[in-house]
Amino acid sequence: MTGSDILEVTHLSMTFGGIRAVSDLSFTAGRGAITALIGPNGAGKTTVFNCITGFYKPTTGMIRLVHDDNRDFLLERLFDFRIAKRARVARTFQNIRLFSGMTLLENLMVAQHNPLMRASGFTVLGLFGAPGYRAAERAAIDRARHWLDRIGLIARADDAAGNLPYGDQRRLEIARAMCTEPALLCLDEPAAGLNARESEALGELLLSIRGDTGTSLLLIEHDMSVVMGISDRIVVLDHGVRIAEGTPKEIRDDPRVIAAYLGSDEEDAVAEMEGSA
Amino acid sequence: MAHPSSDTHSAAPPHGFAFILRRALISAAIALVLFALMIGVRTEAGPTGVLIYWTRFGDLAALVGAVFVGSIIVELIRTFLGPVEIARRVPDGLRNGLSALRRFAVPALLVFAVLIPVIFYQQRYILDLSILVLTYVMLGWGLNIVVGLAGLLDLGYVAFYAVGAYSYALLSTTFGLSFWICLPLAGILAAFWGMMLGFPVLRLKGDYLAIVTLAFGEIIRIVLLNWQSLTGGPNGISGIPRPTAFGIPLTAGPDGLAARLGIPFSPTHRIVFLFYLILALALLTNWATIRLRRLPIGRAWEALREDEVACRALGINTVVTKLTAFALGAMFGGFAGAFFATRQGFISPESFSFQESALVLAIVVLGGMGSQLGVALAAVAMIGGFELFRGFDQYRMLVFGVAMVLLMIWRPRGLIGHRAPSVYLARRDAIAADLVKEGHG
Repeated sequence: MTGSDILEVTHLSMTFGGIRAVSDLSFTAGRGAITALIGPNGAGKTTVFNCITGFYKPTTGMIRLVHDDNRDFLLERLFDFRIAKRARVARTFQNIRLFSGMTLLENLMVAQHNPLMRASGFTVLGLFGAPGYRAAERAAIDRARHWLDRIGLIARADDAAGNLPYGDQRRLEIARAMCTEPALLCLDEPAAGLNARESEALGELLLSIRGDTGTSLLLIEHDMSVVMGISDRIVVLDHGVRIAEGTPKEIRDDPRVIAAYLGSDEEDAVAEMEGSA
Repeated sequence: MAHPSSDTHSAAPPHGFAFILRRALISAAIALVLFALMIGVRTEAGPTGVLIYWTRFGDLAALVGAVFVGSIIVELIRTFLGPVEIARRVPDGLRNGLSALRRFAVPALLVFAVLIPVIFYQQRYILDLSILVLTYVMLGWGLNIVVGLAGLLDLGYVAFYAVGAYSYALLSTTFGLSFWICLPLAGILAAFWGMMLGFPVLRLKGDYLAIVTLAFGEIIRIVLLNWQSLTGGPNGISGIPRPTAFGIPLTAGPDGLAARLGIPFSPTHRIVFLFYLILALALLTNWATIRLRRLPIGRAWEALREDEVACRALGINTVVTKLTAFALGAMFGGFAGAFFATRQGFISPESFSFQESALVLAIVVLGGMGSQLGVALAAVAMIGGFELFRGFDQYRMLVFGVAMVLLMIWRPRGLIGHRAPSVYLARRDAIAADLVKEGHG
């Protein structure tokens, strides 16, 4: 692991009963870079994600995250919500998980729970309206407003999240994750279900997040136009094993990837990869 | 393809004459089965203790006929109205009227509540009933934190009511502590037991959570029933001290409040004092809940109700969040319990049966989970309405049941099912009930 990496996954394995979803996987994600994890369905991408974000405890292996100030965290040992709270790893979900009965603004306020909780003196000061908490709440609303502006949903701030169209829900989930001020943002298929125009806008949003906040991104994605367009580095998984790693150009030309990724229809695979380039 | 009209037929339910007749016949058949023994045969113990019975087939035929005709009428109305969602059957005018009414409802209700002892000073019965209603309003608001906000289905809420009541009763009769010292202690003890319940059930969801909380409520009651040496078992605890107006007793004696104020003594003074006491306690619960909803902990509760997995991904400690919900809900239940003990002067495990838990939960659900006003209105309707129906004599339960069924058809998510946002930028629009999740543990 070089100093420029934020995440180092070493010899990660995850078995469910007799099924080996991920076996001996090692890769790194660069600091301030966009790393993509791709592979056919069932390759184990989401399992890797769930191990990194603490929803699964890996069977073996080490997941190390290093902050800018060189503090490092062994994610496989951190419990549950502490990965998000201490190690500052945020994630989105393949099947969007918004708080649908709460407004957009409230969704982004919930994301700032931990700093607000401290500011409210763990509720005691906040209950009596201490000025320190009021200032913290205003700051939190400003941050939420900033992110709503960024994703172009400021006009709908007071609408229920469940009322948003699909593409907007995806963007809101990303904004909500960003409100936690993450060091590493993990996106599970952010372009799934988006049309071509929305996918392009998503790519731009992700690039701007990386550019403006310096957040490192790790994403799982099937949409090759997004992956090839924005990734600095790509890791290819198949049947739980890493089969290739490199820049988008290297991956595009890798015959193993083409064979594994799209199976028997190799010609289609080549066509799609070239078409999206 | 051959019958283009069949497409339109399949889109709308077939409401032909044959269909209506069939529905009516089915309804009549069910009515026949149900009423055959209940109405058709009347049994009674004869003068010598022998069972005698006689048949009433005329009444039975009349009832089944009524069901048949009624069913046809209902189906005809339904055909006439066309396929609409049940929830939409409320006319728009009425709905707008209701929402306009709500703006004035809260201050008006509050003023009315404060004035009740003035208006009904001479009517002891109404004062007692108001105190009872307010106790349930407070219990409903307390349970609302757990069920309505955090979405944790708690069927054993009465346990904390009992803990509060017994805490006050035992502390005051054993150590002679005053009501105002015992009240916070009762709340703290109930909150402690709330946490004790919270820990083992943290991993449970939905039905399983409900069953375990129900069992917890029963455990507390059975312990109270069997721990003779401490709680007096089924005999309960009597002679619980009455509350004092901050140290001044409300008695006829020379140092009583009436004598000190130089007014003639009346037993109603104590009732009025109790009324304002429970009103203050209930409003405290309400104030705390409204404040908490706008604090990060309250938002975390609601987020937990919406999606627990997403909460964890955002770094929210779901364990602490659930435990605080249990503890705070239990604390207000404990306050209400202490008040109950001082009002009654006598408590026994009988007062804390599962029935009470079910009643409080029904108040929260009928009122609309999470809605403060809804819960208060439901408590007034459930407790006050139940008393009002006394005139119906033996049909009281029937009228009450029909009213509840109608309410659930009319408003499946409770009286006030929609949700008001806790924070807003420009507009404070209510969120439709169908978007708000009910929570699953």
